[in-house]
Amino acid sequence: MIRSSRLAVANLWVAILAFGVASAMAFMQALSRAALELPWRSAKMYYLSVTAHGTLMALVFTTFFIMAFGYVVAERTLGRPVPHRGLAWTGFWVALAGTLAAVAAILSGKATVLYTFYPPLKAHPAFYIGATLLVVGSWIWGFVVIRSYLLWKREHVGQPAPLALHGTLATVIVWLIATVGVAAEMLFLLIPWSLGFTKTVDPELARMLFWYFGHPLVYFWLLPAYVVWYTVLPRVAGGKLFSDPLARLVFVLFIILSTPVGFHHQFMDPGIPAAWKLFHAILTFGILFPSFVTAFTVTASLEVAGRMHGATGLLDWLKRLPWGDPLVASVLLSMLLFAVGGIGGAINAAYGMNAVVHNTAWIQGHFHLTVGSATALTFMGTAYWLLPRLTGRELELGLLAKVQPYLWFVGMVLFSISNHITGLMGMPRRIYDATYGGAAAAQAWRGLTGISAVGGLFLFASAGFFMLVMLGTGLAGRKREPEPIEWAEPLEPSSPKATLLDRYGLWTLVAVALVLIAYAYPLWSHLHMQRFGSPGYTPF
Amino acid sequence: MNVPLYEKIWMWAAGGIIVAFTTTVLVAGIGSALVPPSHIETIDPATVWRDGRFAKQGVTVSPTGATVIAVGMMFAFLPAEIHVPAGRPVTFRMTSADVTHGFLIVGTNANTMLVPGYVSQFTTTFRQQGEYLIVCNEYCGLSHHLMSARLIVEEARP
Repeated sequence: MIRSSRLAVANLWVAILAFGVASAMAFMQALSRAALELPWRSAKMYYLSVTAHGTLMALVFTTFFIMAFGYVVAERTLGRPVPHRGLAWTGFWVALAGTLAAVAAILSGKATVLYTFYPPLKAHPAFYIGATLLVVGSWIWGFVVIRSYLLWKREHVGQPAPLALHGTLATVIVWLIATVGVAAEMLFLLIPWSLGFTKTVDPELARMLFWYFGHPLVYFWLLPAYVVWYTVLPRVAGGKLFSDPLARLVFVLFIILSTPVGFHHQFMDPGIPAAWKLFHAILTFGILFPSFVTAFTVTASLEVAGRMHGATGLLDWLKRLPWGDPLVASVLLSMLLFAVGGIGGAINAAYGMNAVVHNTAWIQGHFHLTVGSATALTFMGTAYWLLPRLTGRELELGLLAKVQPYLWFVGMVLFSISNHITGLMGMPRRIYDATYGGAAAAQAWRGLTGISAVGGLFLFASAGFFMLVMLGTGLAGRKREPEPIEWAEPLEPSSPKATLLDRYGLWTLVAVALVLIAYAYPLWSHLHMQRFGSPGYTPF
Repeated sequence: MNVPLYEKIWMWAAGGIIVAFTTTVLVAGIGSALVPPSHIETIDPATVWRDGRFAKQGVTVSPTGATVIAVGMMFAFLPAEIHVPAGRPVTFRMTSADVTHGFLIVGTNANTMLVPGYVSQFTTTFRQQGEYLIVCNEYCGLSHHLMSARLIVEEARP
């Protein structure tokens, strides 16, 4: 193994193993929802597995994968190892220790609070402290990535960061702004309360801080996927990036717009004025724009690839793409699923329509297309590409890797469409049993929950294939000289000089200003009204 | 920045879609046709059962509509059966006595969170008579999936 890659590989393995455990937890839920009578099926097991699945997928798999990929981007685009290696390793161990503490609390049944951990449901302190340490570890990663860029910049005055690093820096900035919310929630509210230092907690304040973090969290998941779509996919597909400056613009727009939108998760909450909800809703629609631009630029890049493979007609470039390559197939299928998920997101944000879908199965249908496909499937495809290049081992079980993205696609279509429909029919999300004493409305959901479970089986098989390929490659892959990690060239040579779009400090300031406009007054007035705290409950 | 023509057209179209989405939400929101439940009123969750606002749960019907006073708790809604008149505005006033719950009338857009320490309130009109299922749609503990109630929409008495 190349020495400087160890840090990335260590992070990557934690991500892969977390994904494996989380997939097993998902399988359990899918079978529960289909009401199959299995010996270990119980409400306790179900809600525990929802918590473990959500936490391990949404927080652990994603964060460790993004850290691994971020280190790869920083090292390979700049052509130098990241600085502060000791500190970077400390960050890794802190994040891992935190993860293990939180997972131990969950698996022992002492933290069945789901990954949204809304108080006054109260988990074991190890859950909150562990999750906080994971975030602290990721801050160290963010610091190291920023420092790599700054040290490089000193020797390359006036040059723009390579595009992949530009996107990664945007990811880091979004994450640093976002995690202020969850850190405040953990440090000021939940940790002291779970340790018994404070008696009560204000659940609405906790929700506001959680969703201040919870929405930009989705861009923390999405932006590294976009980095792959813009800078890896065109290269592996045999083409070029359609437009470098537009890609840069997209990442800058995410820096600005990711955070001041959290109230769109709280449209149905009491205690938040409707006017502020409306303001957040409008900003949320703004974030559609960079994703629309991405859809065009990435598709155009693929057309370039198809034409470079000899396509001449209107649409035959689609056929010329290497659909058998695991990375290309993963990313193309994840983009298709995300197209539906993105439109669903606009519906969720639409203020009034949200009332129809809020907290129904529609929501899990929605976010399995976004984080569960755009992000997770892209990351799996990226892992097929990355692991052999980092470890110098050949990809083993290549046939499984070729099939796996298609299985995921079929499973996700079945799972997601059925959940969107049952959600519109009023089925709540996160329920162990959907019979409601034989109520007529609940009877209507039955066939669809079965389809959703079949989708779950496909997804589980797909996740199993992925794990087999990863473990096979990591443990038994034939050693050889690794292929280089290469990034897509833009169609037109990119500007040799940094432009306004490369002014990260400036855009961070704009983002912070917008966050203050969106949150300062609502939070201030919330803190100044008469509020009553809640003691903790552990009904699990 | 040199943007190719087709992408320019696409970007203008995307901008147009976003403006259209925003306009519909603004028109509905500012015209008060569609406003999410955003009532601001607090209550001590420890004294919900003694608090004059919630001590007595049930429905008060008047010629102009009805008011429902309800409390969510692990793992039931009180009252468990709610009778309201069809075609008249019904105001729901609710809170939670313990953890955070959700309140969704299946098949309608009546949906709100019940957050302990806060009073949720919204007004809606049921046009269809019949029986509706009310479910808790926020995880509240191991029997969350059993937390439900019934809403019966009856012909309004004159």
